[in-house]
Amino acid sequence: MADKKVKPKGRKKKRITPKQNLIKGIFKENPTFVLVLGMCPTLGVTTSLENALGMGLSVVFVLILTNGLIASIRNIVPSEIRIPVYIVVIALVVTLIEWMLNAYLPDLYDALGIYLPLIVVNCIILGRAEAYASDNTVFDSIFDGMGMGLGFTLGLSTLAFTRELLGTGSVELLNITIYEASVAASFLVSPPGAFLTLGLLIGIINTVRLDREKKKKAIMDEKIRVALAKKAAKKKALEAQQNQEPTINLKEVAF
Amino acid sequence: MSDLLALAFTSFLVQNIILNQFLGICSFLGVSNKRDKALGMGLAVFFVITLSGMMTWAIYDFILSPTAFNNNTDLTFMRTIVFILVIAAMVQILEMAIKKFSPGLYSALGVYLPLITTNCAVLGVALLNIQYSFTFVETIVFSAFTSLGYTAVIFTFSFIREQMVKAPIPAGFKGIPVGLVAASIMAFIFKGFAGLI
Repeated sequence: MADKKVKPKGRKKKRITPKQNLIKGIFKENPTFVLVLGMCPTLGVTTSLENALGMGLSVVFVLILTNGLIASIRNIVPSEIRIPVYIVVIALVVTLIEWMLNAYLPDLYDALGIYLPLIVVNCIILGRAEAYASDNTVFDSIFDGMGMGLGFTLGLSTLAFTRELLGTGSVELLNITIYEASVAASFLVSPPGAFLTLGLLIGIINTVRLDREKKKKAIMDEKIRVALAKKAAKKKALEAQQNQEPTINLKEVAF
Repeated sequence: MSDLLALAFTSFLVQNIILNQFLGICSFLGVSNKRDKALGMGLAVFFVITLSGMMTWAIYDFILSPTAFNNNTDLTFMRTIVFILVIAAMVQILEMAIKKFSPGLYSALGVYLPLITTNCAVLGVALLNIQYSFTFVETIVFSAFTSLGYTAVIFTFSFIREQMVKAPIPAGFKGIPVGLVAASIMAFIFKGFAGLI
């Protein structure tokens, strides 16, 4: 009886809420800027914001489905052949979304081209299946997939927004021009621009993160130093009280 | 013949798979920090892409395409699943074969072989062969030279990465960010090859 009561308690402590799970994927473990996964579509489809959003949302859909499916079969699949099984599940879901886009959004289907079937080999999806869905519940895995997918979408659209804005001078979404400038650096839309923009974005984000960590560390260090100083002062005072006589004796000897 | 030569040049330099098509970027950034690692990965990818390119072309043409059995059964929607399975199986078989027949080569390439299944360049080339509706000979030329382009770029890039370690780079830009900037300069240079053809 007592055992049964203890176990769920320990589990509850370890488990994070769905909201935290979602936010973890979007910011703290952002697949594009922090984990640097799934680089092929990141560089390939970010010539325009529209394509990037289409790709990102397709990946959200695929990740939710694959994470859910893989979490639900995780206890049946023998661990020796789990990777091939995961790949087949992912290929199945990707084929499904290929059909749907071909039927309902043919323009987006043409724009994404070869990168759409290549979602199968996107490291994020297999990585999440292996690292998260293979030993978590269906519910948690679905939220993890959603968070990671949205993080990927955020990464893609940041990159696409920057490239489209600076490369063509205007950003368009669903036939509405969001912003228009008079000058443009058109090389940013071409392949070299993709590498450059992504490199600079990751670098800037890393610098900001390192800076923040440094500040946090500095604050922590300051607190520790103050605490240590207090401790040392206390110790000194105590020692001084205890060793008052011997120190005076020593001084006398030295003279 | 001159067509094939043009195709070889285009796939090797002009439409370079890494710098122009953005396929295989994960391995490009992942294993390019050491010269011999990059060469090993490049050669393994060359083997796998060339073989799987031929194999998937044959499977598509003789089984999946609507003209395959003269009865108009269109199985092309199965291509993603079939291709990835063929590639995964082939990588396994290749690993076992190399282990058996050439232990020296196995110790050089063995570590990289399992990683190749999820290298987008392999599935990408298989799908591009179909998309461009190549003949068998064109498929061989395209697959071989595309993968050679991969090997050449990843090997060259590893020299740059090795030198970059010594440079005073700001902490936030170390590793992948500055690697991407260097790749961008390489892509600019490869853009110049477009004038060749």
